[in-house]
Amino acid sequence: MKQVMRRTLAAIAAGAVVAAAGPVMAQGKTLKVVQHGNLTILDPVWTTAYVTRNHGYLIYDTLFAADGDYAVKPQMVDTYTVSPDKTVWTFTLRDGLEWHDGKPVTSADCIASLQRWGKRDAMGLKLMDFVKEFKEVDGKTFQMVLKEPYGLVLDTLGKPSSNVPFMMPKAVADTDAFKQFDSYIGSGPFIYRAAESKPGERHVYVKNPKYKPRSEAPSGLAGGKVAKVDRVEIIEMPDTLQQVNALIAGEIDIIEAPPHDLLPTLKKDKNIALDDWNPLGHVFVIRFNHLVKPFDNPKVRLAALHAINQEDYLKATVGDPAYYKVCGAAFICGTPNASDKGSDILLKSNFEKSKELLKEAGYDGTPVVLMQSTTLPILTNTAPVTKSLLEKGGFKVDMQSMDWQTLVSRRTKKDAPSAGGWNVFHTYSVSADALNPISNSYFVAAGDKSWFGWPTDPEMEKLRDAYAKETDPAKAKALAEAVQLRALETAQFGWIGQWYGPGARRTNVTGWLKAPVPVFWNIEKK
Amino acid sequence: MLDFIVRRLIAIIPVLTVVAVFVFLMLRLTPGDPAAVIAGDNATSDQIDDIRRKLGLDEPIWTQFVIWISNMLQGNFGESFFFKKTVAELIAQRVEPTLALAVCTLVFAVTLSVPLGVLAAYRQGSMLDRVVMGFSVLGFSVPGFVIGYCLIYVFAIELGWLPVQGYIRIGVNFWAFLERMVLPSLTLSVGFIALISRITRASVLEVLNEDYIRTARAKGLSNRVVLMRHALRNAAVPILTVIGLGIAILIGGAVVTESVFGLPGLGRLTVEAVLSRDFPTIQTVILMFSVVYVVINLLIDISYTLFDPRIRY
Repeated sequence: MKQVMRRTLAAIAAGAVVAAAGPVMAQGKTLKVVQHGNLTILDPVWTTAYVTRNHGYLIYDTLFAADGDYAVKPQMVDTYTVSPDKTVWTFTLRDGLEWHDGKPVTSADCIASLQRWGKRDAMGLKLMDFVKEFKEVDGKTFQMVLKEPYGLVLDTLGKPSSNVPFMMPKAVADTDAFKQFDSYIGSGPFIYRAAESKPGERHVYVKNPKYKPRSEAPSGLAGGKVAKVDRVEIIEMPDTLQQVNALIAGEIDIIEAPPHDLLPTLKKDKNIALDDWNPLGHVFVIRFNHLVKPFDNPKVRLAALHAINQEDYLKATVGDPAYYKVCGAAFICGTPNASDKGSDILLKSNFEKSKELLKEAGYDGTPVVLMQSTTLPILTNTAPVTKSLLEKGGFKVDMQSMDWQTLVSRRTKKDAPSAGGWNVFHTYSVSADALNPISNSYFVAAGDKSWFGWPTDPEMEKLRDAYAKETDPAKAKALAEAVQLRALETAQFGWIGQWYGPGARRTNVTGWLKAPVPVFWNIEKK
Repeated sequence: MLDFIVRRLIAIIPVLTVVAVFVFLMLRLTPGDPAAVIAGDNATSDQIDDIRRKLGLDEPIWTQFVIWISNMLQGNFGESFFFKKTVAELIAQRVEPTLALAVCTLVFAVTLSVPLGVLAAYRQGSMLDRVVMGFSVLGFSVPGFVIGYCLIYVFAIELGWLPVQGYIRIGVNFWAFLERMVLPSLTLSVGFIALISRITRASVLEVLNEDYIRTARAKGLSNRVVLMRHALRNAAVPILTVIGLGIAILIGGAVVTESVFGLPGLGRLTVEAVLSRDFPTIQTVILMFSVVYVVINLLIDISYTLFDPRIRY
């Protein structure tokens, strides 16, 4: 009876689904993806939100892109040259590049796109400090003239994560950088279907039939971007348990970032595979407020770094050692700038040293206000670990729990904790954003222009500038190491462990590329 | 009657004024700065201040309130801070799933709970009565999301009869729409069924002891006629009251149920707006819920006259 009932209902359901999905099936294969958050803002220059960046990779293209080995390769650019004095960069676009509306991609479009992006992105702002002017040579060729040589031109133009220098039509790129635009015309492998998309429900993209992929094999974010499905639907599903249920039931094809505690459930299902699509992973950070007591005193910050250790954080947040790595390198283990020099302080707690430094600093026992985010599961357990370790190191800690958005708002306050400010909090970054002293915004030590916590250290800024100007990779690496040592010496902030989160896919879905960003070209669905 | 309706409608004005002031102040006085949320992780303080200025959040709180109210009175509910849409457009997009969920839940709950309550009262002390009352306690005690997950596990994962999540608009495919409404409505209606069946049982029990019921039975009327025509009709007023009050439970429950089942309705919009501090959206949605609540209770009050001719307005 149960079987009959099941078959009958299944037949009705199948009929209903076929009828409901009729237009979709008529268009071919549809890849249904659930991302780590809701896509609300569609301007990838206006926000740094990773979901918006992912949307950008679907519909826009970039001049350069990082490959699987993090080497920057031309993407929309066909050829480029650098003048002998390294101040004039000439870029020529590939033949046949078209916007989704059929118009050709021109030099003027690319110049306008770079100029808008250069007003918002940290690395873009730094590049623009060096740019004297852009010159349009012809429809396909343009020049970037620098005031002096800059060592990070390609790293900046091939920046993999937020804000990515996506190319847009000039009319769109001319929008004020501090206003959202409402045009979604790109030249990427997919076209955004605004009319079919409903924020909070789904976003729809269809294959761009006119897209001309590069001839090279895909690698990371570089190479040929071949769309192998006809349609991508980004499904908005806030509940992580439901994401897993929907994947098991075959209602969706990919979960970008299932929570670690649900991975064992997914592993048990033979129709589901876990993919480590982002081999660089993420990095946790502890951030001090340099403007107010007691962390305005470098000795107190150093005491805090002596009290903590990476492994405790990683065990409490990720748990399974298969998904975390204790790593002393500020610029991410396994990348060109990686160095573990001076990082012992972050790897092993030394409570006696911490207490000694606090005594020297004259710490009066005033509790430090530690902000705990309770709505980002991966961060929730970092603050209790800090509370415990700092207390063992001689601090008094007042841990205040709040949702992430409250934390994001409160961290902008420069006042003392008694006036609504803060002393310390945790965050995390995609490792791809942390690969050098310029892209890693936690290293900025320029007072008000610094990231929250507002450290001021002219020596650090000199080192960062020197890194930016250095064009010799070996010397640049030495400077990156000096930056790392300086940050540890002044206890500017702490990098407290790398972690990885595999994505989950149905086994009939293949070809998910390894890259710092989840990308949906090259993916096949059988 | 008309006089009563007009008076009640006029009474909505102070209610909405209080709600508007309360919601507006709550949002401004609780921590959370939309500008910081919009600016994102790499923003500097200057960029956040710039966004705050553009959103008008740097104005004094009373200036902001006056601007908002005057815009509302002109039918302009403002633009969402995050979605590049007006709040009216956003609500229009999200109203169908919530309305569908509410209607399915109400229909399901009322058609099941009223007969159950009547039967439990008629068979007071029997196994059926105990089962209904036991279910009622369970329905009150178990949170909706737990019920939702259990139903999903059984009917969507294990049996594979129904989809886990999602919503298909009624105009696109009616059967697919119904299929996706079953589990959410069932989840949301459990508490509602518990409440209505319990009140129905108590009301009918009270009525069953009245003289006119004894008279009806003495006239030789069947049990069905006695129960449905005489007992239930006279017990209807408290039942209708509870259904009206239950709309508040329904609205609250929709927030959780829509999140669990991935329904893109107003409940989920509220959660998203609260989490991102989207002030114009939160203010408008809460005001709208208040209007719905007041109007439905007005309709319930009016419907009393249908069941009890002694009630006159």
